[in-house]
Formats: sequence, structure tokens, C-alpha cells
Amino acid sequence: MNLTLKIWRQKNAKDKGGFALYTIDGISEDMSFLEMIDVLNERLIGKNAEPVAFDHDCREGICGMCSMFINGRAHGPWAGTTTCQLHMRAFKDGDTITIEPWRAAGFPVVKDLVVDRSAFDRIIASGGFVSVNTGNAKDANNITIPKPDADESFAAAACIGCGACVASCKNSSAMLFVSAKVSQLALLPQGQVERKQRVQSMVAQMDAEGFGNCTNTGSCEAECPKEISLTHIARMNREYMMANIME
Amino acid sequence: MTITQFINSSLGRKTVMAATGLFLCVFLVEHLYGNLLLFYTDGGEAFIEYSHTLVHSLFIRIVEIFLFAAIIVHVVQAIHLTRLNSTARPVKYTEYKVGETSNWFSRNMGITGSLILFFLVVHLWRFFVPYRITDAVGGEGQINVAQDVKLAFQNGWYVLFYLVSIAFLTFHLNHGFQSAFKSLGLNSKKHEQLLSVSGSVFAFGIVGIGFASIPVLFYFGIAGSTF
Repeated sequence: MNLTLKIWRQKNAKDKGGFALYTIDGISEDMSFLEMIDVLNERLIGKNAEPVAFDHDCREGICGMCSMFINGRAHGPWAGTTTCQLHMRAFKDGDTITIEPWRAAGFPVVKDLVVDRSAFDRIIASGGFVSVNTGNAKDANNITIPKPDADESFAAAACIGCGACVASCKNSSAMLFVSAKVSQLALLPQGQVERKQRVQSMVAQMDAEGFGNCTNTGSCEAECPKEISLTHIARMNREYMMANIME
Repeated sequence: MTITQFINSSLGRKTVMAATGLFLCVFLVEHLYGNLLLFYTDGGEAFIEYSHTLVHSLFIRIVEIFLFAAIIVHVVQAIHLTRLNSTARPVKYTEYKVGETSNWFSRNMGITGSLILFFLVVHLWRFFVPYRITDAVGGEGQINVAQDVKLAFQNGWYVLFYLVSIAFLTFHLNHGFQSAFKSLGLNSKKHEQLLSVSGSVFAFGIVGIGFASIPVLFYFGIAGSTF
């Protein structure tokens, strides 16, 4: 495949940045999107040019590091797929592919396609945990959990924190992410102790990070590589309201 | 957490938008019920009596305050949220195809809302101010409201303006009604489909067709033949 890549290049957080055009040939349709960028970078290094900086880690769709906005969609055109699991057969020979970083006030650009997502870490640190006694791991069935609750909690826990929800939302809202983390623990017996304090702290931290507000358009759910359901947002709203009423 | 902190939080603001929005939905149903009295072939008597009650009931005076307060809070909060949201993405995307995964009306509640507000001003100026203020208080209560409605909808342009506005209201509600429930925490996988269908039925089936029928039937002379 021969492709034209229109990639956002930005030296650092202060640089204004802009698009650079690259033509690339000999790309196999069996390559992943990141492997295609690897090929580009090797050729750039060979020419003594600065390679394109991008986030990646596991490359098997579970770590949440890759974060490219490809042709106007978070993680590209395939539904329920991270950028690393997107393959070049999603494109046609001769295509021009536009690649941008996540754009949100809460996710400032560090360099090129790399954004700083530590806002998510601060949200988790504010309440996305359970306090447990240390010691040996307990038997798995010591605490019984109804199957539907376990399934729903597990579905929320599938969130890899990549930030595609924020990147896709017209308001740059982080509510799908935060609601998944709130749901995951609110549904389990282990999460009950800090239940009220958790949702309050996490929402307060989310607001402090400068993310926008949810208008229920549903694009987060549609773009999420882990297909996290919008219903978690309603659960978070419910948890938040109840936490404030019951206080 | 204090009530002020709650209202100033992102989720609190959404709660306020949802609660005022749903209150206005309840008003729309009541308003539609009153308006449908125009279809009685009784010389407009039922509608005139209903209008008289609206102007002279103490209960309605009190509800009216809440109604206008809800409109103001809903609009002010919407403007505030829109401004907050626009600062949440300082650098825009060059290519942004979110339109493929969400519908236009859900993303443009501000535009449909503004048009509804404009309509509301025109509508109140034509029907509310004369009946409720100038005629009822300053004047002699002489306007025959049923005949006046018939008169207003003789004008084709006016009818068209109403129909377009009602269409915008319908689209606003198609997203707003179900979104309000979601913002109040009332959504789950089991009820998601039901909520979505109910929102569309309320918007198109009740509000859309209900309100649009009035200018249309009066314009074509189907309604109001007895007054």
C-alpha cells in the first residue's frame, strides 16, 4: 500500500504545532496501525529526521496507552478497537490519513501525538480504590456477589483509561471514564465502605481537571474501544445524587 | 457537601438542567390539554372558560412563577454549560467525524433551544401578554380568545413560523426528554431502549403532532367553524 500521512507535529507543550505530510510506500495491509508508524519512524531516523512521538505499550489492546485520533475518529474507523489493534486493511491504497493527538484541555499535548493523561491518574487517586486489610489473598468465594452485579462491574472494569471518550466527546467530558470507575466499585461489596466519598471526590477531581459536561450524545460509548456503556454515566449521576442526599 | 457545592458541580448542573427541563415538559402536556379544548365544536366556550381560569386562579399564579423561573434557570444554566464546554477543548480537531456516531440534534441542543426561546418570545407577545396582562388587568377582559386564535392562524406565514418552531421543539425534546432521565440517574441497560422510544413518542407523537395540529387545522378551516 502507498499512503499519504498527514500527521500533527508539535515540538513541545509550548510549541504551536502543525501538520506535516509524509508519503509512505510498501505498507502491508496486515500491519497494525502502530507498525505502520514504526516503519515511518525508521525511515525518518534513516534520514536523520525527528521521528513521530506517539504513546504505545502492550500493543494487544489492553493497556490503554495508544491514543491517536485517526481520520476524525478516536482509534480510527473500527468500532471497539484500539489504535494498536487497528490494521492497515481498514484503509485503501492511495488514502490520505489524518492523524491528530487527543484534543482536550484536560489532556495537554506533550509532543506530537503524545498527550499528558495524568489527569485520569489524579481522578483515580482521589477515590478509585478500595481500602483492604493486607495479608494473604482471601478465597475467591469468601464474598458472594450476584452474577449480574459481577458481570456489570466487570463490564465497567474493562475500561482501559485511554481517554477516547474525552477525545470523542464534543464537550471533552470525562464522564464515561469516571462513571466506569465509579460503577466498577459501587457494584461490589468491597466498594461499599467508601461508596459515597468515592463518587464525590472523583467528580470533584474531574471538575477540577477542566473536562467538559455530559450532554448524553453517546459518542463516547460509540468510540470507546472497550464499548463501555453510557448507562454507567446514569449510575454515576444516581450515586452522586444519593451520596449528597444521604449525607 | 453543601447544596451550593452540589449545584456548582458538573453533575449538579446537569441535574438542574434535567429537573427544569422535565418540569417544562409537564407544562407542555398541560398546555396541550388546554389547547385541544379549541377542537370542541361549542363556539369556543370550553377554551374560553379554561383561559379564564388560567388568568384568575391563584394556584396558577403561583405555578406561573415557578414556570418562568424554570425557563430562566434552564436558559442561564445552558449558556453557562455551553461556555464551560467550549473551553474544555481549546485546540479544535482538523478532522472530526463524531457525526457518524451521534445525531445532529443531540449535539446542537443550543441551536434548537435558542430558536425555541425566540419562538417563545413571539408566542408570549401574541397570546400571553394581551390575555394575561393588558386585557385582563388594564383592559376589560373583552378579547374572545377562541376567535383570536382562529384569527391569528389565518395568516399562512404565521402558521409556517409555528410549524417550524414546533419542529425544533420536537427535535429538542427528542433528545432532551430521554437525556433528562439519564442526567437524573434513571437509565439502565434494561430500560435504555424503552427510554429512547418513550422520548421519541413524547416528542413526535405527543408534543409534535399535538401542537402542530392546532395551526394546521385552523388554517385549513377544519377547526374553529363554530366560532
